[in-house]
Amino acid sequence: MIRVTLPHHLRNLAGVGPEVELDVDRPVTVSTVLDALEARYPVLRGTVRDHGTLKRRPFLRFFVCGRDVSLEPSDKELPMDVTEGAQPFMIVGAIAGG
Amino acid sequence: MSKVRVLVGTKKGAFVCTSDEARQDWAIEGPFFCGWEIYHVKGSPVDPDRIFASQTSGWFGQIIQRSDDGGKTWNPPGSKPEDLVNEMGWPQGESNKFVYDGVAGTHKWYDGTPHPWEFKRVWHLEPSLSDPNVVFAGVEDAAMFKSSDGGASWTELSGLRTHTTGQDWQPGAGGMCLHTILIDPTDHDRMFVAISAAGAFRTDDGGTTWKPVNRGLSSNFMPDPDAEVGHCVHRIAFHPSKPQTLYMQKHWDIMRSDDSGDMWREVSGNLPSDFGFPIDVHAHEPETVYVVPIKSDSEHVPPDGKLRVYRSRTGGNEWEALTQGLPQKNCYVNVLREAMAVDTLDECGVYFGTTGGQVYVSPNSGDNWTAINEHFPPVLSVEVQTLK
Repeated sequence: MIRVTLPHHLRNLAGVGPEVELDVDRPVTVSTVLDALEARYPVLRGTVRDHGTLKRRPFLRFFVCGRDVSLEPSDKELPMDVTEGAQPFMIVGAIAGG
Repeated sequence: MSKVRVLVGTKKGAFVCTSDEARQDWAIEGPFFCGWEIYHVKGSPVDPDRIFASQTSGWFGQIIQRSDDGGKTWNPPGSKPEDLVNEMGWPQGESNKFVYDGVAGTHKWYDGTPHPWEFKRVWHLEPSLSDPNVVFAGVEDAAMFKSSDGGASWTELSGLRTHTTGQDWQPGAGGMCLHTILIDPTDHDRMFVAISAAGAFRTDDGGTTWKPVNRGLSSNFMPDPDAEVGHCVHRIAFHPSKPQTLYMQKHWDIMRSDDSGDMWREVSGNLPSDFGFPIDVHAHEPETVYVVPIKSDSEHVPPDGKLRVYRSRTGGNEWEALTQGLPQKNCYVNVLREAMAVDTLDECGVYFGTTGGQVYVSPNSGDNWTAINEHFPPVLSVEVQTLK
């Protein structure tokens, strides 16, 4: 079970709490986590990554185990603590704007 | 007894205001989607309880929301997993999927160099006049999309963007947005759109092919002031009973066309400034037009700190200031292009919203004004539904 934390507005949009749990087949990567997230919550399609290009939205970052993996290849396997559910995959919105 | 429902899009959410035909006491619901920019909210004329909203964010992109109960509850259309599972077992989730048709190519950037078309947001939602499942979207970078399934999925009407002039379109200060869609009530295949800063365009075949309709416009900031495209059109409007007559608020100049946009002439007349954003037409008087002049293109505030709507009862040229109930000193708000509307009650109501968060109503064609609310977030759009 993978744990994913979402920013405030995406929680509201998907009607969920701060953290969701997802079944993700191995290998667990940024792409497979986001695929599973969008499959479970279709309303989030296009919000974390662009609907057409599947690129990460510029103001969003991905953190695991205290590390920013936003710029790493999206098919790179995530740490064991994340794949085993000990640590969450965190989707974080930049603090910016008014 | 009739009532009116005012749909307000703001920088921090949507609001639904309702009143009876006196338009004095208002119930305000919202904010819906608090914290998101709501560029436009508009109801279907066929099914007034079906309302579409454009919800956008610099963080999370574009969401289309739909209400089927007059704005009480909202959902992205077709977003329920059980509605979406395709033959592969995966949800399709295409209600916010705006993808340009084919290879998108380039348009001009601010410095004149080619720049790829990039979808950013939906500025305008125009429900069909005959089918509650059909709705058109005007987007940035400028293009027109159509949904035939109530907003669940979208297809570009790419004949507009791929017009031979498309590669020469250039953004205005607010981006290259398609912000106005007018559907001719006498011929639904005839539509007009306006793009900042490309100009006005018309289709006569339901959106398959388009032609620029900018003859008579003159824009001094362009190398060729009379060019076929490149004009910064802020808004166009018509009256349903006289759709061949169009009015335009341009980046300087109020314009009028009496031949469906084939030729325009200036009708700015005695306005204190012919710069502004919104323009609209009285519900029962096709020659009565409203604008809100602002000081200049570099000072987007009312002249002399006085918020004045100007009305022409002669289709332009002669304008009178409407001031009763509006602040006449120390007022420095703006009124954006989508933020004016009229209802269709016997005594026409006129509505507008400001960047200061006020929404004003005049229940008597503009003679007197009161505030529906003075403390909304900055208002991006105002639409009105007249309900039986």
